[in-house]
Amino acid sequence: MKILIVEDEPKTGDYLRLGFREAGFAVELATDGPAGLHSALEGDHDLLILDVMLPGLNGWQVLERLREQGRHMPVLFLSARDQVEDRVKGLELGADDYLVKPFSFAELLARVRTILRRGRSGLETTRLQVADLELDLLRRRVTRAGKRIELTAKEFGLLELLMRRQGEVLPRSLIASQVWDMNFDSDTNVIEVAIRRLRVKIDDNFEPSLIQTVRGMGYVLELPQDK
Amino acid sequence: MLRRFSLTTRLTVLYALVSASVLLGMATIISMAVERHFIELDQATLGDKIHLVQDLVASARSPAELQTRLDRALQNHPGLLVRIDHLSGVPLYVSAAIDIPEVLLKAAAVQSPTATFLTWHDGQQTYRALQASVPPQAILGRDLRIWAALDTLHHAHFIHSLQTVLWLYVVVAALLSGLLGWWVARTGLAPLRAMKAQAQAVTAHQLDQRMPAQAVPVEMADLAHSLNDMLARLQQDFQRLSEFSSDLAHELRTPISNLLTQTQVALIQPRDGATYRDILASNAEEFERLARMVSDMLLLAKAEHGLLLPHAGQIALADEVRALFDFYEALADEKGIQLQLVGAGHVTGDRLMLRRAISNLLSNALRHTPPQGQVRVEITDRSEAVGLSVENTGPEIAPEDLPRLFDRFFRADKSRLHLESEGAGLGLSITQAIVRFHGGKVSVKSAGGWTRFSLVFPRLDRLKGS
Repeated sequence: MKILIVEDEPKTGDYLRLGFREAGFAVELATDGPAGLHSALEGDHDLLILDVMLPGLNGWQVLERLREQGRHMPVLFLSARDQVEDRVKGLELGADDYLVKPFSFAELLARVRTILRRGRSGLETTRLQVADLELDLLRRRVTRAGKRIELTAKEFGLLELLMRRQGEVLPRSLIASQVWDMNFDSDTNVIEVAIRRLRVKIDDNFEPSLIQTVRGMGYVLELPQDK
Repeated sequence: MLRRFSLTTRLTVLYALVSASVLLGMATIISMAVERHFIELDQATLGDKIHLVQDLVASARSPAELQTRLDRALQNHPGLLVRIDHLSGVPLYVSAAIDIPEVLLKAAAVQSPTATFLTWHDGQQTYRALQASVPPQAILGRDLRIWAALDTLHHAHFIHSLQTVLWLYVVVAALLSGLLGWWVARTGLAPLRAMKAQAQAVTAHQLDQRMPAQAVPVEMADLAHSLNDMLARLQQDFQRLSEFSSDLAHELRTPISNLLTQTQVALIQPRDGATYRDILASNAEEFERLARMVSDMLLLAKAEHGLLLPHAGQIALADEVRALFDFYEALADEKGIQLQLVGAGHVTGDRLMLRRAISNLLSNALRHTPPQGQVRVEITDRSEAVGLSVENTGPEIAPEDLPRLFDRFFRADKSRLHLESEGAGLGLSITQAIVRFHGGKVSVKSAGGWTRFSLVFPRLDRLKGS
C-alpha cells in the first residue's frame, strides 16, 4: 500500500511518515502544494493524506486539480481549522475523510485502514478466527477452544470489530463509533469497562490472552508474539 | 446638521433667538406707540393753534392788525407755521417761508369746510399740518383758509435716538441672554457631564463603576438605570469570561506541567525500553485528554457563537436514549446501577449533537450514582414542549453549587484531584450549549436523595403554525 502525505509542518510530516512506514505502508512525503500535486500525478498512490493549509497550492486546490486530471484515489484531509464550511467543502470536493488537528495517530491509522478496506470488499466472510477463538457471523456464535461463549449483542459487535481488524490497534473513539455509533468522545471509561467485560468471557479461562491493551493508543486483538 | 452642535450650543443659540425676537417685538410696539402719540400730540397742538388763529381772524379789524397780532402770538412758537389763504390762492398771511405742495393746496380748495390733517415731506423734513376754513368775516372777506403746520424734525430726532437705543438694547440683551442660556445649559447639563465622567472611568478593570442614578434629575434617572443594568450584565459576562480564561490556563497548566516533569525526569538518565514505553504511553494519554479539552472548548465556542451547522431532522428521543443505554450498559452493570427509560417524544434537531448532550447527562449521572443506585430517564411529550430529564439517586448537590453546575470547568468537589476517567468539567456546559442551540433550556434540581437534570425543548414547529 502506497501513501502520499502532503504536509508542510516538518515535525508532523516526519512522524507521520515514520508512523505509516512502521505500520507497513510505503510512504512518500511532499512538503508543499505543487510538489504534492506533482508526486500525486506521477506516482501510483493508494491514498493521499492532505493538509489543508499548504504553501503554493492549498489542499483543496490540489484535490481539485487531481480530480480534473481524472485521479480518483481516496483522499483524507488533515486540518487545524475545524470550520463547518471547511468540512463541507472537503467532502464536496470528494474527500473521503476529514480529521481535525490535534488528532491521535491511532485514529488516523485506523481511518486510513478503513478507507483502504472500503475498496476491496472481496469475499464476504462468515467466519472469523484468531488462534482458537472462532466467531460465526451467520449463527452469531462464539467459541473458544471449542467451548461456546455467550455474549450480549454489543459484546458480539465489539468482538467482531476486534477480530475483523485483528492486529490493528483500535483507538477508543473508533470502537465507540463503530460498535455503538457514538461519534464523539465520551468523558467516561466506558470502552475500558466494555473491553474488560469482554476479556473476562474471552480470555480469563484461556491461554493465551488475545485482547491486548496498547497504552496510550487503544486495543488490539492478536496472538501475542513471543519476545 | 443640527446634530453636530452640542446641546449647550443649541440651547445658547435658542435662548438668544427667543429673547431677541421677544425684545424685537417689544421695541417695534414701543416705537410705533411713540410715533402715534406724537401724531396725536401734533394734532392737538395744531388744533389749538387753528382755534387761536380763527379767533384772531374773527376779531381782526384790519389786515395790518391781524398781521401784528398774529406775529406776536406766533413768536413764542418756533417751528409753527401759519398761513392764511384766500380761496383764490393769494396768501393773506404767511408766518414764515413754508412751501406747501401745490397738490395739497389745490386739494384743500375743494375740501369740505371741516378741518383736515395733512402730512408731507420736503427733503429731509416732515411736516404735519391742519387746514381749516374760517367763518365769513366782514373785513377780510370770505372763503379764507388757515394752514397751521409743524416741522416734526425734533420728533424725528427723538424717535431716531429712541430706536437706536432700542436696537442696541435688543442686541445687547440677546447676547446677554445667550450668555445666560449658555450658563443655564451648562449648569442644567451638569448631571450629564457627571455621567460622562463616570462612563469614562469604566474600564475592563473597573466594571464596578455605576452611574449616579440617585443624584441625577428624574428625566435622566431612567437612562442611568439602563446604563447601570447594562454595566451589571457586562460585568457579569466579563467576570465569567476572565474566570473562564484563568480556569482554562489552570486546566492546561496542570497536564502540561505533568508532561514536562515526567518527560524531563525520564531524560535525566538512560532507562530501559519498557520504562520509556510507559512514559510515552502516559504522555499519550495526557495528550489525548488535552486534545479532547481543546476540541470541547472549540465546540463550546462555536455553539455559543451560533457557528454550528446542524443537520436538522426529527429525532426520536427514546431511540437515542436506548442507544446510549446500550453504550453505557457495561459501565452501569459494573456499578450495579439500574437504567430506566419512561416515555417517548420527538424533537427537531441534530442527532449527533443531541445524542452528545444526553450522553453527557448520562455519564454525569453514572459517575455520581453510588453502587446499586438508579438512573432514570423520563421523556415527556406535551403540546407546548418536549422534556427530557435524567435523574439519579445519590448525594444531593449543595444548593449554592446548583446554578454553577453548567459553568465551564466547574466541579462540585473543589479538589483538583479527579479520577482519570473524569472529564475536564466541560460536559454539562456542552450539554447546555447544545440544548440552547436547539432553542431549549436546561435546569437542575437536587432534593430527597435524587438529582434531576431537565432539558426542555419548546415546539418550534407548532409555534410557527406549520
